[in-house]
Parts: sequence; C-alpha cells; structure tokens
Amino acid sequence: MAAEDKAAIEVRGLAKRFGEVQAVAGVDFEVRQGELFGFLGPNGAGKTTTINMLTGLARPNAGTIHIAGIDCSKNPKAAQHLMGVVPDESNLYPELTGFDNLSFCGALYGMAKRDREARARGLLDRFGLAEAAGRKFAGYSRGMKRKLTIAAGIIHAPPILFLDEPTTGIDVAAARQIRQLIADASAGGTTIFLTTHYIEEAERLCRRIAFIVQGRIVRTDTVEDLMRQTDGRHVVQFAVSGGAAGLCEAIRSEFANLACQAVTGGDLRVESSDPVRVGPLVRFLEDRGAEVSEARKIRPSLEDVFVEVTGIEAGAMKQEKEKAKMGGGA
Amino acid sequence: MKAWIAFWNILVKDFRAYYLKPPNISWGLIFPLAWTGMFFIRSGAGLDSVPALLPGVIAVSVLFGTTSLLSVTVTFEKKGRSFERLLLAPIPLELLMLAKTSGAILFGVANAFVPVVMAAFLMDLSAVNWPTLIPAIVLIAVSSTFLGLFIAVSVSEVFEAQTFSNFFRFPMLFLCGLFFPIEQIPLWLRPLSYVMPLTYGADVLHASIRGAGHMPLALDFCLLAAFCAVLFAVSLRNIRRKWIA
Repeated sequence: MAAEDKAAIEVRGLAKRFGEVQAVAGVDFEVRQGELFGFLGPNGAGKTTTINMLTGLARPNAGTIHIAGIDCSKNPKAAQHLMGVVPDESNLYPELTGFDNLSFCGALYGMAKRDREARARGLLDRFGLAEAAGRKFAGYSRGMKRKLTIAAGIIHAPPILFLDEPTTGIDVAAARQIRQLIADASAGGTTIFLTTHYIEEAERLCRRIAFIVQGRIVRTDTVEDLMRQTDGRHVVQFAVSGGAAGLCEAIRSEFANLACQAVTGGDLRVESSDPVRVGPLVRFLEDRGAEVSEARKIRPSLEDVFVEVTGIEAGAMKQEKEKAKMGGGA
Repeated sequence: MKAWIAFWNILVKDFRAYYLKPPNISWGLIFPLAWTGMFFIRSGAGLDSVPALLPGVIAVSVLFGTTSLLSVTVTFEKKGRSFERLLLAPIPLELLMLAKTSGAILFGVANAFVPVVMAAFLMDLSAVNWPTLIPAIVLIAVSSTFLGLFIAVSVSEVFEAQTFSNFFRFPMLFLCGLFFPIEQIPLWLRPLSYVMPLTYGADVLHASIRGAGHMPLALDFCLLAAFCAVLFAVSLRNIRRKWIA
C-alpha cells in the first residue's frame, strides 16, 4: 500500500456536546498520509472543537479517532508524540524569548538540548525571525507571533500537523509567507489538517476539503471535484458607478436566464448557465443611467461552491471571524 | 528519559519565568520578616518569644509563598492558553503536574529557611531536631502547593485564585495551632482544625523546634502525606474533568 493511501487521521462518528449545544454531531472523515486537508466552516461550526478532540485537548462524547493507526481513546499520549499543533491563538510564553520558546517546546517532546537548539536556530532562520530570536515573545508583532507559534508546532518535526486558523488577523505579507511555509511543509511530506475561514487559502493550499456547518460535515471532496460543480457556469462582474440599487431586479426581469447579485463596492455580479453577452447588458444598464466602467469575466471560485453547499455567505463568515479575532475572541 | 527532559525543562522554565523574578524573591524575604516583626512586637516577650514564633512564621511563609504563586501562575497560563502546550505534550498528566508544582515546592522550602536564618541570629538553634524539621518543611510545602493546584483548577481568573486562596489560608492560619494552641480554640471549631493539613505540619514544627508537639510524629507525617496524596489526586481528577473535558 502506498504511503498516501494510509490514513494519518481517521475519524468515525465523532460527537461532542456542551450542555444543550451539540458542537460536533457525528463527524466522519479520513486524512491520508502526506495530504493537506482543509476543514472549512463558519464561526461556531465545530472546527476548533474537532481539532481539540483530535489533539487530546477535549474528550469526545461518541466516536473514534485514530492517529497513524493509534486509538486516541486508549493511548492519547502516543498519538500526541506524532502531532504538532498550532492553535488559533498564538499561545507561547510572553516572558520567554523567541529562541527559548522554541527550545522549551522542543523539550516538551523530549528533544535533547543540542538537537532542539539547532532546530530552533534553523526554524528562526527559515521563518525570518533570526534577528528577533533574543527578544521576548511579548514584544513580537502579531505576524511574528503567528510565525513563531507555527515554528513551535513543528519544532519536533511531527509527521502530522494541526493548523487552526493560521493566518487569521495578520497582515498580507505575513499571511503569504505563512502559506508558503505550509505549502513547503506539505511538500516535505507532513500531513496537514488545516482549519480556515479563508476559502481562497484553502483552495490554494488543500488537496481535499470538508465543509462543516453546525457540527456536521456537509461535503468532503477534492478541490477539483468541488470546482467541477461550477462547470458550465458563467459569471461576469460589472463595475457600476451611480449605485447598483434596483438594477439587479431590473436585469432579472428583463433577462430571464440571468441571475444577478449586488456585491461589495457597488458592483453587479451576473451569472448564467449560458455565456453572458456583455454588450446588451452594458447598454441596458446605461439606458438606466448607470455608468459601466468595467466588465470582467469571473472564474467561479470555491467560495461559490461553499455558498451553494452551505448556504452561508463566505464574506460574512470572514468578517465575523476577523471581528472576533480583533476583539480577542477565538 | 524523554519525559524527564520535559519535566526538567518545565521546572527550569518556571523558575526563570516566575520564581526567580525580583518581586517574588523580595516577597520571599519581606513576607517572613513582616510576620516575625508583627508577632514579635505583639508578644511583648522580647527574644524569649522567638522559639515560640518560629514554627508559625516558617509555616506561614511556606503556605503563602506556595499557594499564591502556584495558583496564580497556573491560572495565568491557563488564561493565556500557554497551559495547552503542556497538555498537548506527550508526557503523562501526573508527571506534567509534578513538574509544574515542583518549582513552587522548592520555592516554598526556600521561603521556609528565610525565617530560620533570621532566627539563627536571635536564638540558639542547637536544640532543633533537623531530621524532623526538614522533612516537615518539605511536606508542608508539598501540601500547600497541591492546595494551590486545587485552587488553580477551581477558578478561571487570576484574581479569583487570590481570593479563593485566602478562603483556605486565613482560617488555616488561626485554627491549625501555629500561633494559638488548638486547646484554646472553641470546642465547636476544633474539628475544622483537624481537617487542615497545616495542623499536622505545625505540630511537627513545634515538636522539632521547641519539643512541644501534641501528637505522635509518625501520625503527623502520615496525615500530612495523606493530605498531599488526596489534594494531588483530586486536582488531577478536576483537570481531567474541566480542562480535558
């Protein structure tokens, strides 16, 4: 059996209840060795609860978890040896330096001093933090904290890595760098379980994705198969000045085969199962006093699939998460 | 072997991050000094009162030093979620919590010797029974630290840790026979004295310093050890129930 055919993570009927709330309701999935698996869902969908159960920070009410064939209910500590965990908050020790934090995290996994210090230096270099190695973690910027937290998650070179919202709340440059680091780790053979609310991030990085909503997985598939759902769908976005209000309704009543939606910035998004003819639409809009400055053909994205499958607006989900993060919530 | 690397590094990290910080060192020095001064002035008996005060000051230094620091540091790490790193480490919970509490135990033992060193300048310590005093100090530090752990697992905010610590510490201070003999405590309050670990620690301290213990030493040691075991076991059970729920 090829390595990638073996299950690194195998979950069956996983359930967790907090009082009256069913946080996770009978979840099943499998992540194969070396795979980068995305776990997508809105706030409160059960992503972090699932990660907590997989990593041994929470006990399931029902179901089984196997990590590299190890039954986590029987031998959680043996499974923890194989895992690296990057939580949704950068939770290293504020009073320790970057270097000491990494060295300490290596020691928690039994690494000898010489090995963990060499590895810490290597990771600080790779993550662009070498100059900040001697500074206390408390003084790091948000992006630096995130990078160091990821470095701490892989200090012991775990074969399986859990990443919970790794790029939330950090600037674009740091997020890009982190995505590259994740891609490199995956290319190096690490199995990665990634939760994120950035759908484009999941689309770019993951091989397979599960959508979780209200504690249930509503769809698990490869990115290619999910995107196939958008085959034969044609989308054109119009940049309209003078306000999009009322125009969508007018388009829908005039062009029966078109679906129209007002999107952020006053743009109009027109969708059809047939190719969209731009000329008549522009004329139609201009006749109604709107000025069309641009018409762009849009490739349907994974976000469209997510919205279709879950019924949740991805943009709203992202804003909600960012707000929670900035306010200090999880 | 690998688990012991983690154990040692948790201990060293806690010492560097908490116990060897200047405010805690000065706390360890000033606190016993303040207690000694307070009781010294209150007793009005001059230097003759030092042997009678010493057991109480030793016990109070250990009790306050350990319960405060352990409950606050664990609650602080739990709130900042850095404690999750320890729970995710592939070492048994028992060993992990022993590592986490060892720093406070050592800090408590060190605190105990501050008043002993001070007393050396004021009284003759040649009659002190060190082979019973030292194990008693260690057991008082262990039981107080585990009490701090029990408190840390019961609260979620740092200020709650302090308040809840006092809920145990102040009654213990006045009911365990350190400063007032248990025989002078009202009869209806005495059962409370006997469910406090410090009562047995105080008895050994009085016996080793002044030869004035009331209970057999073996019984004191056994009961202190039993309190340590029960507090640790209950704290572990609560961690499993509340933090790995």
